[in-house]
Amino acid sequence: MSNQAQPVAIKENALSRFLQTVDIDNRMLAMIIALLVIWVILNIMTDGIFFTARNLYNLAVQSSVVGIMATGMVLVIVSRNIDLSVGSLLGFTGMVIAYLQVHVLPLGAAWNWPLTILCGLALGGLVGLWQGWWISYRGIPSFVTTLAGLLMFRGAAYLVTDGRTVAPMDKTYQILGGGIDGSIGATWSWILAGVAIAWMLTNTIMVRRSCLKYGFKVKPLWVQLLYLAIGTALVCGFVLVMNAYYKPRTEIPRGIPVPVLIMIFVVVGMSLLAKITRFGRYVFAIGGNPEAAELAGIAVKKITTLVFLVMGILCAIAAVITTARLNAGANSMGMLAELNVIAAAVIGGTSLAGGQGTIYGAILGAVIMQSLDSGMVLLGISSAMRQLVIGAVLILAVWFDVVYNKKRP
Amino acid sequence: MSQTPLVEMVNIHKRFGGVHAVNGVSLDLYPGEVAGVLGHNGAGKTVLMKALSGAIPCDEGEIRINGETVRIESPRDARKYGIETIYQTLALADNLDAAGNLFLGRELMTNYGSLNDRAMESEARKVISRLNPNFKNITDAVKNMSGGQRQSVAIARAIYFNAKILIMDEPTAALGPQETAMVSELIKQLKSEGIGIFLISHDLHDVFDLSDRVSVIKNGNLIGTRQTKDVTKDEVLGMIIMGKLPEAA
Repeated sequence: MSNQAQPVAIKENALSRFLQTVDIDNRMLAMIIALLVIWVILNIMTDGIFFTARNLYNLAVQSSVVGIMATGMVLVIVSRNIDLSVGSLLGFTGMVIAYLQVHVLPLGAAWNWPLTILCGLALGGLVGLWQGWWISYRGIPSFVTTLAGLLMFRGAAYLVTDGRTVAPMDKTYQILGGGIDGSIGATWSWILAGVAIAWMLTNTIMVRRSCLKYGFKVKPLWVQLLYLAIGTALVCGFVLVMNAYYKPRTEIPRGIPVPVLIMIFVVVGMSLLAKITRFGRYVFAIGGNPEAAELAGIAVKKITTLVFLVMGILCAIAAVITTARLNAGANSMGMLAELNVIAAAVIGGTSLAGGQGTIYGAILGAVIMQSLDSGMVLLGISSAMRQLVIGAVLILAVWFDVVYNKKRP
Repeated sequence: MSQTPLVEMVNIHKRFGGVHAVNGVSLDLYPGEVAGVLGHNGAGKTVLMKALSGAIPCDEGEIRINGETVRIESPRDARKYGIETIYQTLALADNLDAAGNLFLGRELMTNYGSLNDRAMESEARKVISRLNPNFKNITDAVKNMSGGQRQSVAIARAIYFNAKILIMDEPTAALGPQETAMVSELIKQLKSEGIGIFLISHDLHDVFDLSDRVSVIKNGNLIGTRQTKDVTKDEVLGMIIMGKLPEAA
């Protein structure tokens, strides 16, 4: 070996050994760094407005609708399908919920809004099943089926009230959309933080114990403690920011907004679904090699249909938040949302070829996109220009993926 | 041999539209025997074996396992009867790791009802290291593995679940000499355990080295079945290319 090769080789070893010990997913790390860089740049450009509690609180609320749907889109894309109808489905289920709440059931009754939510979820699920049936059992490609869905359900949303906007919604229901009373307050936020930290700790202990039981290599204790420390810091940081935004003209901290709470539950649920259930494993297997999945005895058609059922239910959840926030049902709700949802999943590392993607990545993708959009709004950039920028970011993110995958052995 | 055959495939037919892919083929397999199945591309050998593995249920015909008639309509049915298959394409999900593929469809679960990834990894390590001691990176995604490693995963999957009947479709097609030798060793060992193996292959030499009997399929028809020791390679070649039976019995 020549003298020149040696120093570079030594430096590479130390860094790669560190990365290997810590064993973080490189792509996730890159995304987190990208998000932080974007935040810092935006904060500088907006003279510190970006990092105010108020802006970050609103950012979290605005990310929730796309974030919730993106978790479902990950499973759809992983299974080698696509769903173009999510925006229209949001609009349709939202209109039905609003119509039922305001014009059919007695507005103000305590059982009104919970019932309408259940109806909305059932409707979203039914539509998802219907689309899933055409895709799995009738062999219509998902692109075509959901494109038809995009058209049909946007039309259906209009037909619910012949285009009229339905308003206002139930007072209690509005809490689900965020707003002045739409957050859980400081105490509950800290309780939730405590639960999250306890869960992280329990998880780490259980995984470590399980690894030792089977005689696997465990990550060094200092690495696991480091992860726990960072996780705790992030959770506490998040709660501190949410508590720093006060209700208007008071010193009462808002705490975690309800839409964000809903998103957190959805993310945890979908993540568990994807990682620890057979269903999730089979969705990934189908995406990796549908023929192999079939030969392994997996009920490919049933699982694909269920993926679309889940997506439909998630659209309905997003519709609940949207109508609650708007305090109205408007037939244009969710227009073009599918593009943001797909972009969030893709920026978050979901491959359109199928078989690869993470729920957390999709949320990061949604936050990255929303951060850019919010930041540009703060800078007074026009809506058209913002669209241009976000489209460009989408290409960059996927290009990064292509290059990154080429470099791997 | 006066014992009951492990597998009897009787008068199997399979049509795809107008194409008669398998036309009244009958084969059988005895315990501890390797039955080679030879023929051109498109002769129907894979379709015939997929009738047994449940991937392509047959239109007509009967399958008997240990003398009992069974219905095999799906891969799950086949596995129930102890039939495991190593497909020509390996049928591995590239994005999953070795353990994920080994247990695909038959995952080990924890007491809480979640996937027991660590138990599956531990079992996978044990069985794969028996087959291929140099296999270190078993938690990698299968798409990052070499051809020989992928083959090890496919073979491990077949033997882990205690197959009584193994179907191997072109098992050494993508392998180098060392790995081919390992597969031959494995086949000899499985034979000694009383497992019956259907070996589909193009390679005349492999089939002659490994199989006890050889059957030739041409255009969906069975040309003939002979004891390997009773025929020469030229005669078998004649059967494959011209459909001509060798002289004498």
